[in-house]
Amino acid sequence: MNLYLLILLPLLAALVAAMLPAERHRPLLLPAASLIHILLVLRELADPSPAGPHGMLYLDALGRLILLVVSLLYGAVSVYAIGYFRSHPTWSNRIFIVCLLVFLSAMSMAAAAQHLGLLWVAVELTTVVSAPMIYFNRNRFSIEATWKYLLLCSVGIALAMLGLLFVAYAGLQGGGEQGLRLGHLLEKAELLSKPWLRAGFVFLLVGFGTKMGLAPLHTWKPDAYGEAPGLVGGLLAGGLTSVAFLAVSRVVQIMTAAGEGVMARQFLMALGVLSLVFAALFVIRQRDIKRMLAYSSVEHMGILAIGLAVGKLAAYGAMFHVLNNALTKGALFMAAGNIHRYFGSKRMCETQGAIGVLPWSAGIFLAGFLAITGSPPFAPFMSEFAILRGIFAGGHFALGVAFIALLTVIFIGMSTSVLTVALGPTMEEEQPSEWGGESFLTVISPLLLLGAILALGLYLPEELRVMFQEAADLIEVTP
Amino acid sequence: MTNFLLHLLLIFGLAPLLPGVIARTKAVIAGRKGQPLTQLYRDLWKLFRKDLVLSRTTTWIFRAGPLIGFAVPVLGALLLPFGPAAAPLSFTGDFVLYVYLFGLARFFTILAALDTGSSFEGMGAAREATFSILVEPTIFVAFIILVRISGDFSLNAMFGAVGSGKLLQSPTAFSLILTAFCLFIVLLAENCRIPFDDPNTHLELTMIHEVMVLDHSGPDFGLILYGTAMKLLLSSAMVVNLLLPVSGNLLLDLTAFCGALLLIAVAVGLVESAMARLRLIRVPQLLIGTTLLSFFGLILLLR
Amino acid sequence: MTNVTSSLLLAVILLNFFILGTSRLGACIRVVALQGALLSLLPLFLYGVNIHSLLLSAGALLLKGWIIPWLLFRAIRQVKIRREIEPRIGYITSLMLGALTTAIAFIFADRLPLQPEHMQSLFIPAALSTLAAGFLMLITRRKAITQVLGYLIFENGIFIFGVLLTEAMPLMVETGVLLDLLVAIFVMGIVMNHINREYSSINTEHLCLLKE
Repeated sequence: MNLYLLILLPLLAALVAAMLPAERHRPLLLPAASLIHILLVLRELADPSPAGPHGMLYLDALGRLILLVVSLLYGAVSVYAIGYFRSHPTWSNRIFIVCLLVFLSAMSMAAAAQHLGLLWVAVELTTVVSAPMIYFNRNRFSIEATWKYLLLCSVGIALAMLGLLFVAYAGLQGGGEQGLRLGHLLEKAELLSKPWLRAGFVFLLVGFGTKMGLAPLHTWKPDAYGEAPGLVGGLLAGGLTSVAFLAVSRVVQIMTAAGEGVMARQFLMALGVLSLVFAALFVIRQRDIKRMLAYSSVEHMGILAIGLAVGKLAAYGAMFHVLNNALTKGALFMAAGNIHRYFGSKRMCETQGAIGVLPWSAGIFLAGFLAITGSPPFAPFMSEFAILRGIFAGGHFALGVAFIALLTVIFIGMSTSVLTVALGPTMEEEQPSEWGGESFLTVISPLLLLGAILALGLYLPEELRVMFQEAADLIEVTP
Repeated sequence: MTNFLLHLLLIFGLAPLLPGVIARTKAVIAGRKGQPLTQLYRDLWKLFRKDLVLSRTTTWIFRAGPLIGFAVPVLGALLLPFGPAAAPLSFTGDFVLYVYLFGLARFFTILAALDTGSSFEGMGAAREATFSILVEPTIFVAFIILVRISGDFSLNAMFGAVGSGKLLQSPTAFSLILTAFCLFIVLLAENCRIPFDDPNTHLELTMIHEVMVLDHSGPDFGLILYGTAMKLLLSSAMVVNLLLPVSGNLLLDLTAFCGALLLIAVAVGLVESAMARLRLIRVPQLLIGTTLLSFFGLILLLR
Repeated sequence: MTNVTSSLLLAVILLNFFILGTSRLGACIRVVALQGALLSLLPLFLYGVNIHSLLLSAGALLLKGWIIPWLLFRAIRQVKIRREIEPRIGYITSLMLGALTTAIAFIFADRLPLQPEHMQSLFIPAALSTLAAGFLMLITRRKAITQVLGYLIFENGIFIFGVLLTEAMPLMVETGVLLDLLVAIFVMGIVMNHINREYSSINTEHLCLLKE
């Protein structure tokens, strides 16, 4: 019941939002829905509900983790959204808010889905509802980004569907009853026909990997993140990618259970390293702060993939990192959104010295940069360190060295841009922006997220640690 | 011997009727009364009684063109079975001869057109040559399919075995229908019917076949018209052979065969009424598409 | 029943060729609709009449054969275009590639480890060649609308494969899949309209502002 509520409640809110005539009050639905969502999630964590009648919906440790990540990030974004819409009072926000709410519902459904088909439906739904959100600015750039995102992700996700069918066929070949229910697949994993399973894995990895933004399937990412409003960028980089990560993990789960873990891990590791390389190449001399963040997102997806591939301690680190990445990216994108709005540009050369005019946002941007690149004492340091330890413990020395080297390159590459934007000399001739400065609503959310990241870095509650460990253990079940 | 006579009778007697049927079909669809069905017989009669006018620039090739164009379909008729009546001449690999006989006829028609030295006729000759190159692969792929189905390399077996009810057997049925369809398109292209060429056009620029024979007159022109009609009959016969089942009763089968030939003519008339001539650049596209279609039929057969 | 399904699948493959070779968008949309409608009959012939296959067929027919084509027609009316003028590679080449991929699909399908009952059927090669045709359209065409059509053909290819596995997909999930497709096409149509408004054309060549 609780789970159904998690999915249906945002839909209900979306319905209300669609019918509400007043533009001004509609954004208030977001924090309201989000607050209830968070409460429901917390109740679910404290008292897990049993599997549904058909076993289609159930929260295992991985699902709980992703749901928590999504819910927290969404809560922060929803508060920010009020401030955002106040600064654009004349723009119609009906479609945008409806899409935002459906987006939450779809992500919740993905987290709870225990049937791969249902998972697919949820992920595809996130694609189609996020397209209008990317187009919110309504200019040539955003239409291009939207088209690329929509087409690339739709085709990618269609490939994932094909992969799913292959897996189902593997079940049919294995003599078992065909089915895509996760529990069933895991139970009977050894019976699955190997050639079909392998083919299915490749398609699923390509499909969900496109969604996750693993190189070389990341090309939509800089465009979409760059042109979408800051809060959408945050939601995509923190929420959507986490959901895609969940989908990839599910696939790895099945592969491992079927005794094909080696192949899955090799593929994941290759894509992960490639993502780091691409991110390192493109983040250097990146003149656009939001595109820079997009490449940073590619980097972190690569880190997650590597963590998943290495397994054991690294998998634990990856689970931890999902949370850290989501919260930090949320804070960064919201801060970048503030800067973008104030200067009317996201080019580095036109946004110099933000700290003089936007002390809070620039400060958050700076701190967020330190956090996301893995500087202590922020939590991403802890999770990346765990992954690194896992890598070395697993005996992948070359990988470990490359990992460190690439992260260093990315740190240096990002720092030049971030420092220029945040600290450089304030531009003299700048005219006062039509939207003066920052407000409580647009600063509090990223600040809170950053605070959470800092706190997690200093002290990790036992409950969370257990959850990460359980989630990591889930993908380690071998036959 | 009966077969021999039968084939000659059909090719000489029935051929001029087909263009008449096509013309009548088009006329009826357009709401006109149309020329009599036997118009071509009368035209031929008239042309053969006329004098011949020859340009001073032409050589013997100009006269050889129509003659070969007339002789080849007659020879072809002896190689191809007509429904229940097996071909009088048959040997292994005769389908190659069959295709290249028509190649020979086309070669001489083209030469005769070039012989006049007229630029229009040269243009038509160029187009004819291009399109015939594009048609040939389809014919050969279709023949390969038939060889594969019948397991024999003579036209007699290829078209004969197929006709005797094999059509309804599932694995080959699709390929056969595709082949028949492709051969029908080949018929339209080879005989200069509408989506490829407009036999009634009056613009030299857009003509293909008609422009090549512009300078022929009298009996020569009669031979050309007769030859064209016979070629149409042979093309139709190939399609009919593929689709018409055989009952065993010779008379009945023969009647059905002739009726089916006329039906093909009606079908051509319908196509001509429904479609406009394609732009010249689109013609190769359609022909290559047809080749691919026949190729697909081959894939279906081979799997 | 195998004969009927084979004929349907064969028609689907032939329609692929038609779509690859034609430049008129109206005809393309109609053919894609026809293809979808033919495919939606497959479950009925494969599994006989029961609730599941009936609902699946009806849903697919409604969506693929009627609503989506209607959306697309509306889209091309709004942007006022009739033809794909210059694809990246010519029609003849794409036709040939289509035939080549179909041939490969047939050869490949024979080598796959299939269930005995699927060995000789046309399902796998038809699915593979339709997927390939859709992909070709996606890659080689410039207009946004033809790319959407390519995506639809691609989805049709997946549908063929999916029909073999309907038991793996509960009705709820199948409904979700179809609805997702509908919404995706709907959103694509709207985006297309906006592209047209920005650039007075829906050539995706114009979409080149964003790059490194």
